[in-house]
Amino acid sequence: MSLIQTFKYTIGLQKDGLTKRKTVTFGDTSAVGKGRFWSIISVITLSMAWYLGSALELVNPIFWPSPSAVWDQFINISQNGYRNFTLWEHIWASLYRIFVGFALGCLIGIPLGFAMGLSEILRGWFDPIVEFFRPIPPLAFIPLVIIWSGIGERSKILLLFFAALWIMVIAARAGVSSVKLSKIHAAYSLGANKRQILKRVILPNALPEIFTGMRVAMGICWGTVVAAELVAAESGVGFMIMAASKFLATDIVVLGVIIVGIIGYSMDILMRKLEAKLIPWKGKA
Amino acid sequence: MSDLVINDVSMIFETPNGEQVHALENVSFSLKQGELLSILGPSGCGKSTLLNIIAGFLAPTHGKVELASTEIHGPGSERGMVFQQGALFEWLTVAENIGFGLSMKGTPPSEIKQTVDHLLETVGLHDFGEKATYELSGGMQQRVALARCLANDPDVILMDEPLGALDALTREKMQGLVLKLWKETGKTIILITHSVEEALFLGERLFVMAPRPGRIKQEYALPFAEAGVTKDPREIKADPAFGAKREEILNMIWEMEEEIMGQTETAGV
Repeated sequence: MSLIQTFKYTIGLQKDGLTKRKTVTFGDTSAVGKGRFWSIISVITLSMAWYLGSALELVNPIFWPSPSAVWDQFINISQNGYRNFTLWEHIWASLYRIFVGFALGCLIGIPLGFAMGLSEILRGWFDPIVEFFRPIPPLAFIPLVIIWSGIGERSKILLLFFAALWIMVIAARAGVSSVKLSKIHAAYSLGANKRQILKRVILPNALPEIFTGMRVAMGICWGTVVAAELVAAESGVGFMIMAASKFLATDIVVLGVIIVGIIGYSMDILMRKLEAKLIPWKGKA
Repeated sequence: MSDLVINDVSMIFETPNGEQVHALENVSFSLKQGELLSILGPSGCGKSTLLNIIAGFLAPTHGKVELASTEIHGPGSERGMVFQQGALFEWLTVAENIGFGLSMKGTPPSEIKQTVDHLLETVGLHDFGEKATYELSGGMQQRVALARCLANDPDVILMDEPLGALDALTREKMQGLVLKLWKETGKTIILITHSVEEALFLGERLFVMAPRPGRIKQEYALPFAEAGVTKDPREIKADPAFGAKREEILNMIWEMEEEIMGQTETAGV
């Protein structure tokens, strides 16, 4: 294949040989490519629209700032900081809260999910608790959490722990339940004892589901931390957005929103890469 | 000798609405070490229940199973099991799957490697040790399952429709492999199958089981497995004697199915 063809194929302008010969494509989802070419066009068009829109002064900058204003704020804040903290400190404050809350959620949630998957008593005992708290948006607890532990780090972490906990419990429980009985039987027939079955069969078998849960929990935590900082915080990306909005500093608000989007997206990509590396067997059984 | 003795085994399940289902009724037989038994029967005849009792996954409501004069109370590595499919550990490589039983016992890695290499050779997967199980075809996966079972050096190998999910050609090849392993290792093998042809070809002894209650309806002693060790399987299956037995058993199963249908029809009216 020539270089141009390879390029065309990569961006999705060139169909593979079989797809080209298909007469029925509407409804055949395997014939629907990723459409990377159109993604590129889409990003370019939207960026152009933003740039041109503000260059022609179609929109009042109070409602939507120009790209250059946002960029200037980015340079400004990363050099001089905003509200006593540098940009990196704001980002780090948000990330730190997530990692601690998320880690605690995993630390408690995964063993609890395992226990619920393996023991009738524990499943019965915890089931109403989990099912009750699971559908409650973590943000509904903000007032309580603030009353308990103020607006410091502890309240955010507690909130994020809550956000991650239920997701991880359910993911771990589903992972345990997904093990095929023939695998367990095979392991017993090969001489494994209960501990070995847990460690060498049930745990690795549950990893794909646990990882999916971690990805979901990460996403929820990220959304929750930003929202929590909107309500009560002294640092963090959400705080930055909220503080700026009070002064109609839309350029900083938009900068904050873009940072939230980029970090959320990067975390998901990172988790997916990690998943492909750590659990290559996912979906292959 | 590690003889397997099934002594008057019955299995009665109670359904939630209080009905009693006789999955097995007074089943008795014994197998000498190195015998190859195939079990055939329509669904619901209790053949899987029987295998699960021998494996130690189910406790019979009556009677007992003994291996080498020791009563069976649970699963153990002296009774290896080969499942239809999906029982390999996909998080482990082919070699790690085969060595699983030994590593559970705490065998030193160098020794495990030796056994695994030898078994990879035996089942014809010589270059596939480092592959992931999901990269293999269905037939190759079953070769791994056989090797994994053999690695533990069990006295008895229980096979629950091990070739059921394979295509016809692969299946025939695998039947040859089962016979070869049987002859080479001298293991006692019990094989459950849905295929009359497979049951005839892979059984020195063959039980045809009948349902309601689950029982052994007919027992055969067959020459085909012994002959299959040296001769081409296709030649044996083309033999008129083989064809005659096949017809006989097919008729028997056909009649059983008719009877079941009749029963349910009358029950329905």
